Amino acid sequence: MTCLPTGSALRRGLAAAAGLLLASTALMHGASAAEDRAALMAAHRGGTMRLVANAAAGTIDPMVNYTSQFWQLYQSTYDGLLAFKHVNGTDAFTIVPDLAEEVPAPSADGKSYTFKIRKGIKFSNGQDLTVKDVVASFQRIFKVASPTAGTFYNGIVGADACLKTPADCTLKDGVVADEAAGTVTINLVAPDSEFFFKLAVPHASILPADAPAKDVGTAPIPGTGSYMFASYDPNTQLKLVRNPHFKEWNVDAQPEGYVDEVDYDFGLTEEAGITAIQNGQADWLFDPPPADRLPELGSKFQNQVHINNLMAFWYAPLNTNLAPFNDERVRQALNYAVDRDALAGLFGGSVLADPTCQILPPGFPGYKPSCVYTQDPGEAWSAPDMDKAKELVAASGTAGQKVTIITEDTAVSKAIGTYLQSVLNDLGYDTSVKPISANIQFTYIQNTKNNVQISISQWFQDYPAASDFLNILLSCASFTPGSDASINISGYCNKDLDAKMKSALALAVTDQAAANEEWSKIDAAFMEKAPLVPLFNPKRVDFVSGRLGGYTFSSVFQWLFANAWVK
Amino acid sequence: MTDATSPSETPAAAGTATGRPQSPFRRAMVKLWYDRAAMIAASVLVAIVITCLLAPVYAKYVSGTDPFRSSLSAKIMIDGKRVPVMAPSTEGLGLGVTPIGPTFGAKYMLGADTQGRDVAARLLYGGRNSLLIAGAATLVCLFFATLIGVTSGFFGGATDVVLSRFLDVLWAFPVYLLAISLSIILIAQGLTIGPFTIESGSLLLPIGIIGVIYVPYVARPVRGQVIALKRSEFVLASIGLGIPRWRILFFDILPNVTTTLIVFVPLMMALNIVTESALSFLSIGVQPPDASWGTIIQEGQGLLYNRPMVSVAPGIAIVITVLALNILGDGVRDAFDPRSKLRPR
Repeated sequence: MTCLPTGSALRRGLAAAAGLLLASTALMHGASAAEDRAALMAAHRGGTMRLVANAAAGTIDPMVNYTSQFWQLYQSTYDGLLAFKHVNGTDAFTIVPDLAEEVPAPSADGKSYTFKIRKGIKFSNGQDLTVKDVVASFQRIFKVASPTAGTFYNGIVGADACLKTPADCTLKDGVVADEAAGTVTINLVAPDSEFFFKLAVPHASILPADAPAKDVGTAPIPGTGSYMFASYDPNTQLKLVRNPHFKEWNVDAQPEGYVDEVDYDFGLTEEAGITAIQNGQADWLFDPPPADRLPELGSKFQNQVHINNLMAFWYAPLNTNLAPFNDERVRQALNYAVDRDALAGLFGGSVLADPTCQILPPGFPGYKPSCVYTQDPGEAWSAPDMDKAKELVAASGTAGQKVTIITEDTAVSKAIGTYLQSVLNDLGYDTSVKPISANIQFTYIQNTKNNVQISISQWFQDYPAASDFLNILLSCASFTPGSDASINISGYCNKDLDAKMKSALALAVTDQAAANEEWSKIDAAFMEKAPLVPLFNPKRVDFVSGRLGGYTFSSVFQWLFANAWVK
Repeated sequence: MTDATSPSETPAAAGTATGRPQSPFRRAMVKLWYDRAAMIAASVLVAIVITCLLAPVYAKYVSGTDPFRSSLSAKIMIDGKRVPVMAPSTEGLGLGVTPIGPTFGAKYMLGADTQGRDVAARLLYGGRNSLLIAGAATLVCLFFATLIGVTSGFFGGATDVVLSRFLDVLWAFPVYLLAISLSIILIAQGLTIGPFTIESGSLLLPIGIIGVIYVPYVARPVRGQVIALKRSEFVLASIGLGIPRWRILFFDILPNVTTTLIVFVPLMMALNIVTESALSFLSIGVQPPDASWGTIIQEGQGLLYNRPMVSVAPGIAIVITVLALNILGDGVRDAFDPRSKLRPR
């Protein structure tokens, strides 16, 4: 007799078969992907890639530097316990194990994570990676006053003491090493839904335990990535070469690169950079292409142009502690007066930028379209409301005051500065524009000692969470007077909104959707107080040389140079 | 100049009807009047100055735009159609926004810049600033150069040593390096001297900087001439007659130095226009939204591929003005410098 399987047994059997099929397909796919990669590596390995930029991005210290320009480089020079997957598009939001063997499950109370550290990994100076390096690295975040020490890592047990007296930071009960087991346990004060994201950004890079407990400036620290910094002169060039001690352990986290060397030259104008790429003298330009070259690139070099969405916004931080922007009405007035469509035009037109009047970018968790500062308030910006703006300025009684706009010395930033100067002059202020080298502008505008009233800046997501914009840019903890690492450039500290952000962060642990609702309200609440002027959401235009292949754009860290080849 | 008419061939040069000889200044002016090239150059300069002075009239009644205000969303009528001043690209991937090109009409005659501003109107306003700075810097330069050169040459001794060494030090700096160094410091912070403060965006700063850096170039020849004059017979005669030194200085020396200074005026102005343009091109001269020919060239640098006229127009204006000033300078030198008689004609 043939025993026919029952219904549930049939389902189980089918499920098992399907699982087997999927597993074998995945295995085959994985095997073929590995074969493909090996073939590509055999065909394209070697050569020197030349990158160019208007200016360097300041310190080379991965725990201090907070620029997308160098974070891009840190992806292949340093590793954290976890990493964002090095792949195309939004798949890059996936967290994968890097120096840790696997992504750990939290403890029952959601406050502890134990990471098993991989064995056999060496720094570029030949030193072995140990659990001591991991502990020391977390201490160093506080010792060097990393810009996100007070926002990303303040939830670690003992972080409060470290923030108060950084030099004595031990994180004794917060980051605990077990040398025998090769594990590191991180204990949090409270569950944190974004903790893995925070471990995957460069500020949580694992560095040698003997790395200086201060910003190293231009002296690179050894890392574990596939490349290492061979030299760095912010005025001329940064050079990356292969890390001689690197052996690929997880292609998703730290793939071996194709090129042998990367020369990153500074000091070229965007115009010169574009011409160099057209002539085959450079492979990629960091800065956005200047407006006058875009039509040419879009029509004659279509195959070398890559346009990608960015989770980012250009904005004008308004110093809420200095006149005239210490008056809420003035801040609102400028928000009403700005023609965001025109500003998108300065960036390259509607294909490359979308006007915005809120902080969270479209498609981001917590984003709910809203625009108050427009002629017809609603979901989208339509036109500036100059009459309303002038009324607010008149009511504030601040017309006639001097205002200085600090911009980067790049074509787009200067053009935006000139436009804002015109708008502020129209509102009755006596405005001037001061362009500063992009190398120092970002830190200059953060330091309250420089008395910057208004500046032009950009913010790119570190990871896909609303707090990465709102909490980082506008929380009281992000405002450190007198420091170059005070990312709350507006100096805006609102205790009520701070408390709401803390609640939203806590809520996200149990109910992400409800937390996102809260973030939407917080976004709107901040915009009511107008500590900044959101300008537009940009798209990234990468113009690459004809010889460059394997272009990969991660939604987190943009173009991944290690995935590209030039041979 | 080869095409200049000799004063001896002109009726006026022979003297007045009363037989009294003409003053050297009048003779020189007459000679200059008959220098055709110099007069054409002077006419061109006058035309440029008048045109630039009419900038507000042009902006208000002809172009109808504010050259200091961004007009990124503006539209104008061309051939009965409303076209945007900043036109989005329609080719290929549709990247970029290009300012309108020369319309050769009243509005946007030379096109728009990256901020949608009328280039022609800015060119005229820019010309006012360039000419003002060049002219004022020339006066500053000649004043200090005369003061130092005459004092040094006339009093000699320790005064001469100190002032000459001071000029040597100033001369030792490459002129543009000195100008750039001073500009970077002063343009960023402004200048405070006692109760007086000059704001960082003030035109007085480029005037002062450019005026000072060229002082040695004029002071040295002036000093040399004063030393030569001190040894001339008429000065020695005055000394012999017991005439006070101050009287000799003001009535014998200074009038004879004046011709040298007059010769320097157009040449220094030409030099100053170029220097001002260079500093403004480097963003350390005239500060936006004010314009000068140098700043307009700098602004047009980002449009060289699509809208070259933004840079070319002020470039042409500089070339014509400097050329005219140099030709006029040659004519003035021929007219006022007696040594020119020795030149082959």
